[in-house]
Amino acid sequence: MNALTNIDESKASKLAAGEALPAPSIVGAEGSRTVRAGFLPLVDAAVLIAAAEFGFAQKQGITLDLVKDVSWANVRDRLAFRQFDVAHMLSPMPVAAMLGLGSNPSPTITPFSLGRGGNAITLSTRLYAEMQREGELDASDNALANAQALAAVIRRDRAVSRPPLTLGVTYPFSSHNYEFRYWLAAGGIDPDRDVKLVVVPPPMTSDALAAGAIDGFCVGAPWNMVASERGVGRIVATKQDIWPSAPEKVIGMRPDWADANPETVSRLLVALDGAARWCDAAENRAALAEVLSEQRYVAAPVDILRRVLAGQFTIDPEGNQRVVDDYFVFHAGSANFPRPSQALWIYSQMVRWGQTPMCAEGLEASVSAYRPDLYRRALGQAAPPAEADLVLEGAMPGDGFMDGHVFDPKRIGEYISAFPVKAAGLPRASLDDI
Amino acid sequence: MSHRDLTILVIDENAIRASIIEEGLREAGHGNVTVIHEVHGVARIIETLQPDVIVIDIENPNRDMMEHLFQLTRTVGRPIAMFVDRSDTASIEAAVEAGVSAYVIDGLRKERVKPILDMAVSRFNAFSRLQRELADAKSALEERKLVERAKGILMKMRGLSEEEAFTLLRQTAMNEKKKISEIAQSVVTAAGLLIR
Repeated sequence: MNALTNIDESKASKLAAGEALPAPSIVGAEGSRTVRAGFLPLVDAAVLIAAAEFGFAQKQGITLDLVKDVSWANVRDRLAFRQFDVAHMLSPMPVAAMLGLGSNPSPTITPFSLGRGGNAITLSTRLYAEMQREGELDASDNALANAQALAAVIRRDRAVSRPPLTLGVTYPFSSHNYEFRYWLAAGGIDPDRDVKLVVVPPPMTSDALAAGAIDGFCVGAPWNMVASERGVGRIVATKQDIWPSAPEKVIGMRPDWADANPETVSRLLVALDGAARWCDAAENRAALAEVLSEQRYVAAPVDILRRVLAGQFTIDPEGNQRVVDDYFVFHAGSANFPRPSQALWIYSQMVRWGQTPMCAEGLEASVSAYRPDLYRRALGQAAPPAEADLVLEGAMPGDGFMDGHVFDPKRIGEYISAFPVKAAGLPRASLDDI
Repeated sequence: MSHRDLTILVIDENAIRASIIEEGLREAGHGNVTVIHEVHGVARIIETLQPDVIVIDIENPNRDMMEHLFQLTRTVGRPIAMFVDRSDTASIEAAVEAGVSAYVIDGLRKERVKPILDMAVSRFNAFSRLQRELADAKSALEERKLVERAKGILMKMRGLSEEEAFTLLRQTAMNEKKKISEIAQSVVTAAGLLIR
């Protein structure tokens, strides 16, 4: 891709600042240092919450005013309309915003990722039992074998004209949507034709599964474990199985706010960096689980949060355990670095599933959503070198995609063509989806 | 086309607030108003109604479901976009602050939609004010009860008249720069500790 060879930091920042909104009226001049941050009650908001609760923000002279919200659409709008200065967001949200996708796109950038991990795919225990019969599953819990077994169930269902399965994700532009689709497609299932994908708010997933409204879902922690503890769901794949480095949540902000408050942005990133290191240390996980469990944050049982943070999964109602190493990584391995090739991988999935066309403008817009320059300005020595901005994704040992593909950010077109399952033109729309 | 032709869908889990909005829309001359209290099955309703404007409260976590639906319908050529007029951020900010959001058919003239959104905002605000006033009235009543109890305690323990007891409470409140209800609370608490 020619468009990519020229992308550098200055270009990225110019693009991002190009369509800025008027200066924020609520926060006012830089110096007030009160940062209003929106978040959704999920474990992956941990770094933001720890920065506020354990003195990391205070040490940088920042008062973090955390505001809990109920939907990603709200978070997006309240950031756009300056009720929030920054927000806990899904990693594809800034990319979608820069591409002009969604019902209210407004320029959004991210200078900091909140870590990796936390997602999993859970199917109903009934469906899993059918997969065991149909797909001869052993107990190895291989994510690809599980997907292929589901494909066998779907083929059998279709032969007897059973209605398609209904599967839940959280938002059209979410890591969950792309990860669920990736897993399904790797098993040979077309997510737009063979199943029905719907949106279910995360806290409602286990109820929806129990009630039979959906047959499975992909969401963040702690909701997968909540469903398996209740005995209604079986975890069939974790994010680590699909792609360990998949970007999860990020800190989003308006480019104009970042431009007007450079010192506050840098201090915020230093605070978040400190909080992320702290969250990664095993000895702090108990205290972290305690705070996250509070009503004003995630509001989930502390023992579940403790096990979620440790990656100790009860995968089925029989109490079978599986330990996923590094289920949550808040800092290690440059987990906070907003790597532009990750933004491009997200773009490749949006193109793969027909959400946006493949074009040079799209590449530039996607890359402008991730701002390694702001990360470097705040965290100089800790930041990876500039040549690490665009790397082969999924090529490192232990970091492969479940189907063995490697993402080359300079050959996105070829990468997408190589998938046997992808959207054939525009995705099929079904009004029964909600 | 007169504005009476607009078809409006109101989605609000709060039935009282929804009826206040509905009433406002009807008063403004909109006859085609449908109100639903839950998002389940909304896709079919939208398909049948073909609304020009959708008003939804932002406390509803199912807004993300709506986003998904609009993402799908966008691709089959029936665009629905959130009411965003970048030249009028003040009114949008007011809407977000009031807790209301709107989706409109792309291409609908903003002069036709703005009065609807403005009306929804003012009714949402009026509803919050009503709730606040109700809460205030309730706490005022509680405070009065507390002062009565404190007066009774002072009359009994210090042999004061009702008026003297009240004056003492008020004077103490003024001296300590506190609310009279706070002093009354201290008296009641102290009495609870001292009197067996």
